[in-house]
Amino acid sequence: MRDADGEGVEVVVIAVASGKGGTGKTTVAVNLALVLGDVQFIDCDVEEPNAHLFLKPVLTEKTPARVMVPEIIEEKCTYCGKCAEVCAFNALAVIPPNDALKGGVLVFPNLCHNCGACFLLCPEGAIREVHREIGVVEAGWAGAIRFAHGRLHVGEAMSPPLIRQVKKHIDRTRTTLIDAPPGTSCPVINALEGSDYCLLVTEPTPFGLNDLVLAVEVLKVMGIPHGLVINRCDIGDGGVEAYAKQNGIPVLMRIPFDRTIAELYSRGINIVEKDGEYAEKFRALFKDIKNHYETDRGHQRKRGHG
Amino acid sequence: MKQIVVISGKGGTGKTIFTASLAALAKNKVMVDCDVDAADLHLLLNPRIVEKHEFRSGKTAWIDPALCIACGKCSEVCRFDAIAESDDEFEVDPLACEGCGLCARICPVEVIEMRENLCGEWYLSETTYGPFVHAKLGIAQENSGKLVADVREAAKRIAQSRSLDYVIIDGPPGIGCPVLASLTDTDLAVIVTEPTLSGIHDARRVVELTRHFRIPAGIVINKWDINPEKSREIEALCSEEGVSFLGRIPFSKHVAASLIKARPYVETAQDDVADAIRAAWKKIDSEPTGKDRRSS
Repeated sequence: MRDADGEGVEVVVIAVASGKGGTGKTTVAVNLALVLGDVQFIDCDVEEPNAHLFLKPVLTEKTPARVMVPEIIEEKCTYCGKCAEVCAFNALAVIPPNDALKGGVLVFPNLCHNCGACFLLCPEGAIREVHREIGVVEAGWAGAIRFAHGRLHVGEAMSPPLIRQVKKHIDRTRTTLIDAPPGTSCPVINALEGSDYCLLVTEPTPFGLNDLVLAVEVLKVMGIPHGLVINRCDIGDGGVEAYAKQNGIPVLMRIPFDRTIAELYSRGINIVEKDGEYAEKFRALFKDIKNHYETDRGHQRKRGHG
Repeated sequence: MKQIVVISGKGGTGKTIFTASLAALAKNKVMVDCDVDAADLHLLLNPRIVEKHEFRSGKTAWIDPALCIACGKCSEVCRFDAIAESDDEFEVDPLACEGCGLCARICPVEVIEMRENLCGEWYLSETTYGPFVHAKLGIAQENSGKLVADVREAAKRIAQSRSLDYVIIDGPPGIGCPVLASLTDTDLAVIVTEPTLSGIHDARRVVELTRHFRIPAGIVINKWDINPEKSREIEALCSEEGVSFLGRIPFSKHVAASLIKARPYVETAQDDVADAIRAAWKKIDSEPTGKDRRSS
């Protein structure tokens, strides 16, 4: 929900991210979705989508995700070289004609960022844009949960266009959970963009801390309020807790290591469906997210950013 | 020289902990961390940085607000929604800008500048275990694939000039751009997975990827005893998919706790986990690589 300034007054889109992989992002996002019930779940980890293994949605819609790439209209091309000159990504190479050979233009679709420069700036109008499939977007329902994810085709390099396509499924009138990919670069930025709040799932080890610090820096640049979930909070060291305290980042949940949870997870079984206590904990987590979001927004306003 | 890359598909399966132990077990090698956007290997190898290099890649548009006539053409042609108008002023969102330069080319008054990005740094270091090449991608920067390629090139040069036997690469999770750059032209891909539904799902995609690039692959199962049945499934997957089964490592709480010691696991403990890592390395070392297969 947005107020007159376009600022969110209520948390709608919650992203679950981590920096480091394998900290329990998907577990937290899935269990949160299950206790809330009537939400949208958008899996943006298009390189390795996993949430469907746990939510088991019935996927009824399948749309190919396409990007536009240039195609040369041979009859019109004069091999002037303009397209290769304007392409910032080296996705085009022009071989000028000589006495023995007619010229040629090579297109490298894997390098193309679909900016349209070659198409718009070709003086001869000799470029048209054609579709290239890089993955699929699948959507459906898991009970009352509206579900969508993307699957990048194996061998494709660029996930951001597919992530943007998956996110078109977001309906801002309903609470939305985004399962983000690991890391801190372009795929993560694309997944987090437009989120009201970010839950960072980490583990209390030097690796967890190192990658958490990077993820927090990203969120600061993007201006997204955030809180922590510390998973396997009892194996590791105190570094993450100390960092959170020093930087005023609230720890909204601590999940101790439990071999039973690990075993259930390995079979695709969700803890909130087995253990009422955990269902309660995840409901409390959502409440805490809402509260933290509202206080954070309040502070922003007082500081004159609101 | 053999280039061995350790990947996983799914994050957090123990890739880096495993790779760090190879630093202690393999002789005559250079270590490389290609997980440039969340690099962790340096935490276990204690590098002393010898050389520091800037990584510049790509550009970001900048509109001179004093000279802009606010015609809006740039915003119209930008396919990344990176140029927005507020109070009659057009401004570039550097996070959304992909640096294609189309706006700068079509601006009728030529007031858009394409500024080179400083995207990160890479380092050449020395460690107790030999040379180590690693990097740090700047916050919210892109082009990690190119940084991976640069880091690997540097490692290869070191291996050649010092006549080293191995380049051992810690790869990033996923199957996208930085993974492709880590995998290209290697001799063997070691896939570290775990016996969970997600682990298997992701390992399958990575196996498919190695096949796509014709890189010989092998699988190590980490925390195998969390689900012995799923571990057997992975072993079956190996023979089904024609990839080598390189070993299985048991779960131990001590592994996470050992990270604070900031040393490769095999140097901190003498237990069944350390034994299993040693056995896996022996197997990896005796694996025929792409080159061996080509020359035989």
